[in-house]
Amino acid sequence: MSLIETRTTSAMLYLDGVHVSFDGFHAINNLSLTLEPGEMRAIIGPNGAGKTTMMDIITGKTKPDKGEVVFDGSVDLTKLDETEIATLGIGRKFQKPTVFESQTIEDNLLLALNVDHRVRGTLFWRRSEPESKRIDRVLEIIKLGDARDRLAGNLSHGQKQWLEIGMLLAQDPKLLLVDEPVAGMTDVETQQTAELLKEINSHDKTVVVVEHDMTFVRELGVKVTCLHEGTVLAEGTIDDVSANERVVEVYLGR
Amino acid sequence: MTPHILTRSLNRGALIFLLVVAAAGILLPLSNLLLPESSALHVPTYLISLFGKYVCYAILALSIDLIWGYCGILSLGHGAFFALGGYAMGMYLMRQIGSRGVYGNPILPDFMVFLNYKALPWYWYGFDHFWFAALMVLLVPGLLAFCFGWLAFRSRVTGVYLSIITQAMTYALLLAFFRNDFGFGGNNGLTDFKDILGFNVQAEGTRAALFMLSCLALAIGFLICRSVVTSKLGKVLIAIRDAESRTRFLGYRVESYKLFVFTLSACMAGVAGALYVPQVGIINPGEFAPGNSIEAVIWVAVGGRGTLIGAALGAIVVNYAKTVFTSGPLAPYWLFMLGAMFVLVTLLLPKGIVGTVNAWLEPWKAKRLSRNAESAAREDGVIKPNMAE
Ligand SMILES: Nc1ncnc2c1ncn2[C@@H]1O[C@H](COP(=O)(O)OP(=O)(O)OP(=O)(O)O)[C@@H](O)[C@H]1O
Ligand SMILES: [Mg+2]
Repeated sequence: MSLIETRTTSAMLYLDGVHVSFDGFHAINNLSLTLEPGEMRAIIGPNGAGKTTMMDIITGKTKPDKGEVVFDGSVDLTKLDETEIATLGIGRKFQKPTVFESQTIEDNLLLALNVDHRVRGTLFWRRSEPESKRIDRVLEIIKLGDARDRLAGNLSHGQKQWLEIGMLLAQDPKLLLVDEPVAGMTDVETQQTAELLKEINSHDKTVVVVEHDMTFVRELGVKVTCLHEGTVLAEGTIDDVSANERVVEVYLGR
Repeated sequence: MTPHILTRSLNRGALIFLLVVAAAGILLPLSNLLLPESSALHVPTYLISLFGKYVCYAILALSIDLIWGYCGILSLGHGAFFALGGYAMGMYLMRQIGSRGVYGNPILPDFMVFLNYKALPWYWYGFDHFWFAALMVLLVPGLLAFCFGWLAFRSRVTGVYLSIITQAMTYALLLAFFRNDFGFGGNNGLTDFKDILGFNVQAEGTRAALFMLSCLALAIGFLICRSVVTSKLGKVLIAIRDAESRTRFLGYRVESYKLFVFTLSACMAGVAGALYVPQVGIINPGEFAPGNSIEAVIWVAVGGRGTLIGAALGAIVVNYAKTVFTSGPLAPYWLFMLGAMFVLVTLLLPKGIVGTVNAWLEPWKAKRLSRNAESAAREDGVIKPNMAE
């Protein structure tokens, strides 16, 4: 880090002209996207539009063939690996909920806490009051306080989704990437998840939410980006986007 | 090691295990040394050496369980670290022979004189000192594991591919150590040891002491493994085992964790080999045979992967069976039996002996816990009316 940060953009997340192809198949095509600090953005798009691949690029799982991916105005994410990107403060919830199934809910959160993640730190780690308090707080928010000692593998699909959101909270990142958070949830849970994400966003967190559920997206009430074949098809309010002819076309099929 | 990481590692099972190891480590040598041979409780010296060998295997099994059971790294080349530790000890024992060898050369071991070596190769320097050899017992396997792991884990070689290259590693070492010009005694290896720290390796007292030390090493190795797996690092290891890439997205440097346990595990395997060699009296390239490493993995599977105690138990049970069968008429079929045992355990007891017993005890343990909670609640109830009076 240089003393004078050379910000190239004021954006929290800035993607420009990103291309990714898998064996000649262009999954991401000239994708450009900008998120301001503290913004929440909903991403919609039909299956295979490249939403998850976009998150893979931001989190370092997939390297773009071309294009710029800049975090916090100055960090070139294409040069970093998953660990470094996570350490910078980018957290992710996966489309298929991925929790540590053979460990307890509490341990899942403990592992997610943004404390010293180096070998020595974890070997000599001991439970501390502030850490326990944070875990209790997250357990309360995700309503799994009574289940803290249960194995994460025994949770229902919806509960796993919440646990993973809880892990994001424990991780306390600057930028949250949330892939299909309400799949497998009841209407009430969906509603609660929307509230929770809005709450998180209100604490100055930048959030990207990918979701198919339109009621949920409407509930969030934020700017919507529609992806199709790896590129931005439309951007604007949910009403603008759902009225957009091309969006209607890709959703209904040509 | 700070105390909190030790104390938290001691649960009931761990304490029982340590007690059993301590009892064996003290009582067997005492009975061997103090009781008359006519006594029914007298343990003959050959059994002490045999059990000592099992204990060394148990340490090797622990080291494999640490990486395989807790971090999902299936090494099929751990015999290499065991053998390297053994060679380091063997080199010390060779240098202790001095001029008592067949050729009477005070510096050069017999095989070097036989092969017309003019001087001691540089890599044999220092092995006349016990402290140096002891250091090498840890350092050589540790360094090899570190370099190997650094390359493999950084390039994210996992699963079957990793297992295959560990096999290749031990096989390459096997070929190298077979060569006479490699300077480690070729296919005969190192043998005809005389003294260790001034004591005759054949003497009853020395054998009893070596057995005791092996038990001590097993106990210490077990404590180290328990400390590791019950720390937060242990939770990270399990996370890596179950969902490696997820762990990266939480900001853990997975390769550093793997490198740490892999190196630690190799050092443990080296110690096991070093204790093994004076008790069996020989180390030769056969110890690098890929089959040995696979056998060691089978011990862990039989005893129960990811339980530590199971690994140690598996090593002892399988090797005891091996001793029984290979000394009887069934000897030629031992490998088939080992294979059958592996298949049966995988099919019938996928969690191994200890894992299965733990699963049986689970409901019972839960009941005990809830009973405790219940009685605590009842006590509360008793106190309240009293206070109301
Ligand atoms: N590692 C990969 N190798 C090959 N093709 C891939 C890979 N990852 C994604 N793809 C392809 O890229 C396209 C975009 O996939 P992606 O998972 O990003 O879509 P999505 O918008 O998340 O869809 P969904 O709504 O179904 O989750 C798909 O056609 C997919 O098959
Ligand atoms: Mg997707």
